[in-house]
Amino acid sequence: MKDTLGVTRPIITLDNVEKYYGDYYALRGITAEINQGEFFSLLGPSGCGKTTLLRTIAGFEEPSSGRVTIDGKDMAGVPANVRPTNMVFQSYAIFPHLTVAQNVGFGLRREPLTRKEKERKVVEALEMVGLKGFGARAAHALSGGQRQRVALARALILEPKVLLLDEPLSALDKKMREQMQMELRRLQRQVGITFILVTHDQEEALIMSDRIAVMFEGQIAQLDTPQVLYRRPVSRQVGEFIGVMNFLPAKATVGPDTHIEVEAAGLGRAVIGADQLPGGWHPGQTQSVGIRPETMSILFEGETTDRRVATGIVEDRAYYGDMTYYEVRLDGVEKPMTISMKNLVGRPVLERGSQARVAWDARSLVLFA
Amino acid sequence: MNEGRTKRRHGRSETAQGYLLVATPFAYALLLLAVPLGAIVMFSFWTQDYLTLDKTLTLKNYREAFSEPLYGELLIRSLLVSGAVTLATVLTAFPIAYFVSFYVPPERKSMWIFLITIPFWTSYLIRVFLWKVILGYNGVFNTTLLGLGIIDEPLTFILYNVNAVVITLAHAYAPFAILPIFVALEKIDRTLLEAGRDLGESYVMTFFRVTLPLAMPGVVAAVLIVFIPTIGDYVTPRLVGGPDGLMIANMIQTQFLKLNNAPMGAALAVLAMAMVGAVALVFLALTRRFLRGQ
Repeated sequence: MKDTLGVTRPIITLDNVEKYYGDYYALRGITAEINQGEFFSLLGPSGCGKTTLLRTIAGFEEPSSGRVTIDGKDMAGVPANVRPTNMVFQSYAIFPHLTVAQNVGFGLRREPLTRKEKERKVVEALEMVGLKGFGARAAHALSGGQRQRVALARALILEPKVLLLDEPLSALDKKMREQMQMELRRLQRQVGITFILVTHDQEEALIMSDRIAVMFEGQIAQLDTPQVLYRRPVSRQVGEFIGVMNFLPAKATVGPDTHIEVEAAGLGRAVIGADQLPGGWHPGQTQSVGIRPETMSILFEGETTDRRVATGIVEDRAYYGDMTYYEVRLDGVEKPMTISMKNLVGRPVLERGSQARVAWDARSLVLFA
Repeated sequence: MNEGRTKRRHGRSETAQGYLLVATPFAYALLLLAVPLGAIVMFSFWTQDYLTLDKTLTLKNYREAFSEPLYGELLIRSLLVSGAVTLATVLTAFPIAYFVSFYVPPERKSMWIFLITIPFWTSYLIRVFLWKVILGYNGVFNTTLLGLGIIDEPLTFILYNVNAVVITLAHAYAPFAILPIFVALEKIDRTLLEAGRDLGESYVMTFFRVTLPLAMPGVVAAVLIVFIPTIGDYVTPRLVGGPDGLMIANMIQTQFLKLNNAPMGAALAVLAMAMVGAVALVFLALTRRFLRGQ
């Protein structure tokens, strides 16, 4: 969100934040800025430090070194209860001895409001999360989705600068999860508060976030918008973690006119743009190229194209109804690659063992060291 | 039709099985609980004159229990002593249970609980005698304080009176209070405490708004477990209570064994039971809101 001057303002600044337990590093050199009003996700496999980072922002963990700044204030030594953040816990942490309304109003005790005003705020907060009229219910009688809404209302009622969400959707079933993803997004736009979401579900992160920090082993591997992360992952690890990516052994050289020339196994020679080479290293270091399944297509018999064409054999296929996923082994490559095809009208589904002509574009290649 | 019949037959055999299963504990409860209790109640409506037992039903014993001030005094004192013991036990047990639950590393907890039960390895009687040694005129407590120059002459208000009874009973029943409170504290999801902090409360306020209410089932259990048996204790008051520390159970014992007046003893026992029951029910009613929904 831009402020009145139209400048993007960071609400949270992480400056070389590190956390270690003995000689185990949970966080290493975390440096990032999270902007006011953005939906930010921390994405990574379990044990990558994303939850530790969230808890460090919340004040439940003190960083071993480095600095956390929230809204311009250094948070060193500031305990969790006075930080301008609120959290939605993975287990929701609904107080079982209180009613829904008492849960939602828990944090209002210290607010300088009359009882009437507090009651009104609770009713409004419940309405906002779609739990109108649930106030008098006992907390233990709620379903998973309702608990989550109570946890949201309880945090948002305090109007925090930043809302922290620790894998809030992981305990819900698929349908509920998809519904809540949309709803969280809507809620975030409505209240305009910065949301920081921790998740291990790459799809969830892509759907919901303005920006994503992908973390491995306590470090941020890449921090960017969903589209850039998907299209231009900086490492094989990131490319593999987000969506499906095929990797082929490759070599790259800088040709005349500073064009980069790639020679990829099974695909052949191609000229690519400098933006397809993730920053920081010389093309000569390239060891593989990555290509996404949906950027390629299998041509049916007699179909012509002006795209590049490689040939191979269908090793396996999985029919999903709307899509078919093929495992195609390109000539001269050992590992089969995944290609996804939309099942359009009139397009036959190829059988195992059939010859396949694969169309691809040099623009969809990503180089990796 | 046919189906219905099979179902009914099946149902009957299940009922029979159920009765069979219940039969043993039922016989147990009948012989060891209902029969003695019934006998006591029966006795309380009879009268005895030296060795002859008059089995005509009468309320004479109860009338005497209410008119003779000594009995009432003993009942009230028993109630107050039990109350004091319960208060002292639960107030000291809570911090211990809290410490073990929150500050002892998980792999050491069972060892700590084991250590807490160690006093139970010695006989109750020996433990009471040991308190005499500790609290006596020339006891450990007084000699230590004298040696340190904190007092000039031995304290006498700590033995052979009600204080000694309270101290001894509070120690004896400590594990019974620690264990249920510990279990209740263990059951508290630690994330709830973080949530309390996250929502703006200090450690102290989080304790009062989250930890304590959630530990209440354990506290209520501890109160009942300590209160109910201590009111009927007669060993401790006999040994350390002195003349002013005697309780209702001592009088019941005297009636049965020394005065040969079993019916009067039975009537006092029934009254004590009724009083304990009433107090426990009132207490449960008052704390009911903490026991719901967990």
